[in-house]
Amino acid sequence: MFETIAFYTFAFLIISSFLVVVTSKNALYSMSALASGMIFISGLFFLLNADFLGVVQLIVYTGAVIALYAFAMIFFDTAKNVIEVNSKKMIFLLTSISAILVVFIMTAPINSDAIQALYPIHQGVGNTQDVGMVLFTKYLVPFELAAVMLLVAMIGGILMAGKKMDMLSDIEETK
Amino acid sequence: MELEVFIIQTLVKILVVLLIFSALAGFTTYLERKVLAFMQRRLGPMTVGPFGLLQVLADGIKLFTKEDIVPTNSIKPIFKIAPVILPATAFVAIASVPLFPEFEAFGTTIHPIIVDSNVGVLYVLGIMAIGMFSPLLAGLSSGNKWSLLGGARTAIQLLSFEVVTGLSILAPLMLVGSLNLIDINDYQIDNGWLVLTQPVAFVLFLIAGYAETNRTPFDLLEHEAEVVSGYATEYSGMRWGLFFIGEYVNMYIVAFLTVLIFFGGFGEGTLTDGFCYLGKVLFFIFLFLWTRAAWPHVRPDQLMWLTWKVLMPLAVINVVITGLVVMF
Repeated sequence: MFETIAFYTFAFLIISSFLVVVTSKNALYSMSALASGMIFISGLFFLLNADFLGVVQLIVYTGAVIALYAFAMIFFDTAKNVIEVNSKKMIFLLTSISAILVVFIMTAPINSDAIQALYPIHQGVGNTQDVGMVLFTKYLVPFELAAVMLLVAMIGGILMAGKKMDMLSDIEETK
Repeated sequence: MELEVFIIQTLVKILVVLLIFSALAGFTTYLERKVLAFMQRRLGPMTVGPFGLLQVLADGIKLFTKEDIVPTNSIKPIFKIAPVILPATAFVAIASVPLFPEFEAFGTTIHPIIVDSNVGVLYVLGIMAIGMFSPLLAGLSSGNKWSLLGGARTAIQLLSFEVVTGLSILAPLMLVGSLNLIDINDYQIDNGWLVLTQPVAFVLFLIAGYAETNRTPFDLLEHEAEVVSGYATEYSGMRWGLFFIGEYVNMYIVAFLTVLIFFGGFGEGTLTDGFCYLGKVLFFIFLFLWTRAAWPHVRPDQLMWLTWKVLMPLAVINVVITGLVVMF
């Protein structure tokens, strides 16, 4: 019973905070609501006994990704409202797509017997170990590829910032 | 029946932890002032009560009764919520920290830990990292340029030091092979304190802990000489006080984690070990205050240099060497 109550509470909180993200005109409201929504999602992971993924959700999304968004927000005037330009066609298209998605999600449990876990958890082994086993055996190549991609992005970022810093120091020297 | 007992026990534990740690946060401000005064040859608080002990109470009354000012140009809901985030995350993080070994009382065994999770260390560090949103949102919503600068410094400093905390703690975790704080404690009964095998990791973790709790050598977020009071410039009364309750509770969490991971924790778990454990934690709190008296602030650029060019490479090298040792 407690699981049901917790699930519906979290589900309600997630949907309402993401609703604020989309509908709010103030960028700071949207960002705070996005951060809280990400925290509530980790609650669902904890409910499913996926402790490790829950904590990763907290650290990666709330602790790092949204924090970077927040850092970018420092360069905007957050007190001003953002004025969006919406075309009616776009709104119509997006609403119909989301309506179809909602119908699919609501009807999916009809076929719930066909859903089976590809890599079921092992009893007595922690969630961390299970995730590690799957990542480093079945999905080793994609995992390493993602790591290399991140490295490339990081080196690219440093190079681009480094060039500008050299230019700045040249300007300061000529002064 | 079993479930009801569990729920009542958990609720009682939560209440006790909340009360003890909010009281401790207040009391630590008194300790801090006394220790600083002692190191600077002053007397510190003396007039209210014996040895100035009731100063905490007087401060509390002052904070609660002060006028609550919300600036006109601030973004009000966010401005009001921001100070709550830091103490809330700090108290949520404590849930996974064992505060004392198991002991027998009222005819049952009491586990002084609210959630004994398999991902204890990660959980505590992750929740503490979320606490960063408190100064950040305070800085962004205040409508004040000093606050904004304080907020910007929060994002930079805390994000950078999260990297160091994570990497430094990775090496001891590789030796233990578990993220559970009690497993880490038990590992050290047979294998000796981890500080002996991982001294580099210990120093890095401590430095990063000081930066994450915004303590003196790194308290750039509210550096008086540069940014007035940083993110807390516009706050007054209890809203301002909440930031500091959060900061002091975070200090206790870092002290508990340091003792658990590097200094043997509570060892075998007898009552004497338990009190030794608390003694070690108090020593690390004292070390926080000592450092505040002994070290000057660093400049932001020095801090960034320290993080990315000294501490992070050291942490990575430490992880690689530990990995090689574990493998061969």
